[in-house]
Amino acid sequence: MSITVLLLITGLGLGALYFLVASGLSLIYGLMGVLNFAHGAFLTLGAFIGFEVSRAVGATTWPGFAVAVVLGALAGAAIAALSELLLIRPLYQRHIEQVLVTVGLGLVTVALYEGIWGTDPIFISGPAWLDRTTSVLGANVPNDRFLAIGAAVAVLVGLVLFLKHTRYGLVIRAGVENRAMVTALGIDVRRSFTLVFTIGGAAAGLGGVLASQYFGYVSAHLGGTLLIFAFIVTVIGGLGSLTGAALAAVLVAVPQQFANYYLGIGDLIAVLALALVLLVRPSGLMGAKAA
Amino acid sequence: MNTPTSTPTGAADPATTSDARPEAVRADDGAPGGAGATGPTAGRTGLRARLAAPPARARGAAPWVGAAVTAVVLAVLPLLDLRVPGVLPGPTYTPGTLHLLALCLLYGALALSYHLLYGVAGMLSFGHALYFAAGAYGLAVVLQRTDLPLLTGAALVLVGAVVLANLVGAISLRVTGVSFAMVTLAFAQAGNVVARRNIGGWSGGEEGVGLRTANVPDWLVGVADTRNVYWLALAVLAGVYVVVTWFQRSRAGHVVEATRENELRVRVIGQQPYLIRLLTFAVAGALAAVVGMAYLLLQSQAVPTISSADLTITLLVMVVLGGVGSRWGAVVGAVLYTLLDQRLSVFASSDLVQGLPAVLHVPLSEPLFTLGTLFVLVVLFMPGGLAGAAARLRQGRRRR
Repeated sequence: MSITVLLLITGLGLGALYFLVASGLSLIYGLMGVLNFAHGAFLTLGAFIGFEVSRAVGATTWPGFAVAVVLGALAGAAIAALSELLLIRPLYQRHIEQVLVTVGLGLVTVALYEGIWGTDPIFISGPAWLDRTTSVLGANVPNDRFLAIGAAVAVLVGLVLFLKHTRYGLVIRAGVENRAMVTALGIDVRRSFTLVFTIGGAAAGLGGVLASQYFGYVSAHLGGTLLIFAFIVTVIGGLGSLTGAALAAVLVAVPQQFANYYLGIGDLIAVLALALVLLVRPSGLMGAKAA
Repeated sequence: MNTPTSTPTGAADPATTSDARPEAVRADDGAPGGAGATGPTAGRTGLRARLAAPPARARGAAPWVGAAVTAVVLAVLPLLDLRVPGVLPGPTYTPGTLHLLALCLLYGALALSYHLLYGVAGMLSFGHALYFAAGAYGLAVVLQRTDLPLLTGAALVLVGAVVLANLVGAISLRVTGVSFAMVTLAFAQAGNVVARRNIGGWSGGEEGVGLRTANVPDWLVGVADTRNVYWLALAVLAGVYVVVTWFQRSRAGHVVEATRENELRVRVIGQQPYLIRLLTFAVAGALAAVVGMAYLLLQSQAVPTISSADLTITLLVMVVLGGVGSRWGAVVGAVLYTLLDQRLSVFASSDLVQGLPAVLHVPLSEPLFTLGTLFVLVVLFMPGGLAGAAARLRQGRRRR
């Protein structure tokens, strides 16, 4: 029983990380039709900036961690906004070239991280509370899991509220549904492209700081590993659907944890789930809707 | 019998003249238009070049002569004492240089198989490494575990790779475009996991599987026999080139190109895009597996990195650098990339780079940084890659 609870909550924590990456991917794809291969690089930058900042302020203190979270998210947002403005925008409406540019950006940034921070993982520690465990129904669950889940839920709720109740959100939702019509109505959708990229980058940067706590290390390849599962989550959830991504993140991560523990083949389970969904429902669990 | 044949020719004649007339008109218009007219003109000249392609091809066997001459030059390289300082590590007859050259040729062949997927069929696959790794790992495991001779084992692995490609392709092709890219990526990742996890002790985990040479002919084994492996690599490249060319000119090739351009129209004609795509996917996978087997003989081991998404991304970079849709572009892109990768690593550890301040030294010590930047620049500013640039040069010269 305690093992089941532990695996369940750990799986939810992993799902939370997947969601933080997949939410941005899904929105970006839904609105712009761009598959962002550099999204993992945004996450890694958030993790490294968070690591550097918390080291400067004090890695094991709460203020240090809080600053790391904020600056990590900001770093993710900044690099995402810059890459949208400098690399994606010049290739407007040329989706394949846009994908290729993000692939190139992913190569360049990972190489740069390796040059700056080295190829080996750097092991880190956060506030003492994160390293401790809380007893839930007899299972000793590491506290960083709760933090990841809480952050992902907050991001989901925040994004849904933003999309449903603000004018920008309205434009984004309309853009996902029918971009040509929004443009025809005289709204500059391109401004919301930058916005969506920035939001996605911020979520990824936040995910980077949390992922480094979850796994206990930062490395140049942190983002790349998560990105592949985030892709799987995005496709299963339905491209462009935020709630679909949230649902799929849980449906992928929890079985993955169980399969890893009992069979040792968790990563294969995720791929099998993808194959299954594609055979039954090629458009994913939920269609293209922003919220 | 005369009347029916004369009708199509009669119909074709005005078509060609009417094609030529707007072209002449446009050329007159374009001259005073100057720089402002480059946008639409470039598109139209591209189309014109494509329309003009079949007669050029029919005019003679010029491309084949070029390919044959290149192949002969490459074939005699191991017998010569050529030195290209800065590009090759040593004279061309030394095993080290031949090893690098063979690697270039094999990557050229692999990039060609990827060209079939991406350049011809327009399928952006991120899982092509799976079939390459299936070839290398498959042959390594077969040689390790059985007493089959090399060729029988290779045939067995090829059959396995074709089955695998059909299986994965059948599922992945249920979606198209970007979803297809992600799904193929996921499958390749599964292959990568299997290779790294050492499930059942077959794949050897991070260390990979070594080449057991008991059933490999002696002339392929030793360091001194590198030139035999080099010739093998050249043969593989030539073979893949011929197969890809043949496929592109076959009816299946035409249909798959049409599918890339307009799937709906292909369906209206009564063709089945799904099956034709699956065929292309399987052919490209089989070719990649063959290259993988040659790669195993060259490198003497199969390691997990050859199954990673990074390898597929490398292939994509090669094909885009060379020019999407161009066969020789893919090969040249692959050779250029492999040489650059190799030489940039050497350059990175040179005293010149090590002595630079950190701002320059850090990026320059990472070959992938330079290659990635080059790639981004090509995508942004050089559409069509090397092949596109060459075509523009040729066209510019003809106009003058």
